[in-house]
Amino acid sequence: MNGLFSLGSLGNIDFSFFNWLLVRDFLLQGLLFSLALTAIASIGGLLLGTLLAIARLSQRRWLSALSAGYVNGMRSIPLVMVILWFFLLIPLIIGQPIGANGSAVITFTAFEAAYFAEIMRAGIQSVSPGQRAAALALGLTPTQSLRRVELPQAIRNMLPVLLTQTIILFQDTSLVYAIGAYDLLKGFDTAGKNFNRPVEAFLLAALLYFVISFSLSSCVRRLHARCSQSGSQSLSLTHGTSP
Amino acid sequence: MIELRHVGKTYTTPTGPLPVLIDCSTSVARGEVVVVCGPSGSGKSTLIKCINGLEPFQQGEILVDGISVGDPATNLPRLRARIGMVFQHFELFPHLSVTANLMLAQQQVLGRSAEAARERALALLQRVDLYAHRDKHPAQLSGGQQQRVAIARALCMDPIAMLFDEPTSALDPEMIGEVLDVMVQLAHDGMTMICVTHEMGFARKVAQRVVFMDGGRIVEDAASEQFFGQPASARAQQFLSRILR
Repeated sequence: MNGLFSLGSLGNIDFSFFNWLLVRDFLLQGLLFSLALTAIASIGGLLLGTLLAIARLSQRRWLSALSAGYVNGMRSIPLVMVILWFFLLIPLIIGQPIGANGSAVITFTAFEAAYFAEIMRAGIQSVSPGQRAAALALGLTPTQSLRRVELPQAIRNMLPVLLTQTIILFQDTSLVYAIGAYDLLKGFDTAGKNFNRPVEAFLLAALLYFVISFSLSSCVRRLHARCSQSGSQSLSLTHGTSP
Repeated sequence: MIELRHVGKTYTTPTGPLPVLIDCSTSVARGEVVVVCGPSGSGKSTLIKCINGLEPFQQGEILVDGISVGDPATNLPRLRARIGMVFQHFELFPHLSVTANLMLAQQQVLGRSAEAARERALALLQRVDLYAHRDKHPAQLSGGQQQRVAIARALCMDPIAMLFDEPTSALDPEMIGEVLDVMVQLAHDGMTMICVTHEMGFARKVAQRVVFMDGGRIVEDAASEQFFGQPASARAQQFLSRILR
């Protein structure tokens, strides 16, 4: 073992400090927060992003411009800066401190909404205009058409992209270190400092982020493949049932 | 029942105004079947889309059962719910099963219960002979089957009139018959119908009147025997000789 890492400071690599107690005491809380933050921000961001996308596609020019301004603004600022600014600004706006975790949830929801908005806009535009015409012709209102006909198809068309964005979001949650929230990376960081093994801790952190993100994106790839496969399947069925 | 008075529609394009409908007037009585035909780009589809307000128009007036379509005060969704429409490309909702396609507007627009909507849906699927396919998704059906589902979907709303926008133009030739059969049956049942179609056999068989359009105008509006026997305008004669050969 020692011979393998005999070059330079790498010779001192030692993972023996890593055990179940460390996971329980340092990592579990951080992992749960990272996952919760990802879940809340992706669901909240998808809802807010869908509203932004609808506003962006609205005939009312002021509404469309407002949405475009928000989306383009958010997408032009580095996430770390947004995290810091929200952390400083939200207490000023609501008049009381909300802590790093609450601030992180609000920031990520608001930030991801901008990205989900662009995905949903493409999704809504991917639904043929004839679908809306058919829904309206049946007497559905434009809102009902969106909700019952266009959005379900938009989400289905965009599902792989939405999930990929969620994986990116999971990785980005590590940026909450900037405001001192206790996430998965912070857990590794703290453990590394405690045992004086920062290099090993960060190596393990990278490994865990890789395993989680890679297995999730493998799932997305499989889902994508299954979607396009079932698409071609129904296509062949079309020919099969032709009289 | 349906009355068009001097309907005009103009698109504004970068190169100037482009009239697509010019002074179109006609009327369709209850139970009447009217076929609209004419060369492509003559404004046929635009005209019937004006009838249920899917296309806005600037001049004239359209009355459906006494209600003005162009009046901003008109509740368009409520009016559209009473007029069935069938599209060239079927436009079934691909994320819903066949039965769910037929139930959606009944529940959302008419406020029918799920059971009542399902019952009506299945009865109409039986009528278009697709009951066996009730749980499939649209993509699993042939074009002809999809169009029959689309007709059933429109009929679920118990419409007072049906608009057909080239219902067989996107179909393979061997599937046109099954869709026309459903339409003929509907006409015999007394449905008020306006059909944009090139199927002159269908027009001859069930249409009381033929409206011939060219260049955004209604050039000829005649009883169908008269139209097929002796079209008055040179354009209609030319069109007929080309399409019937």
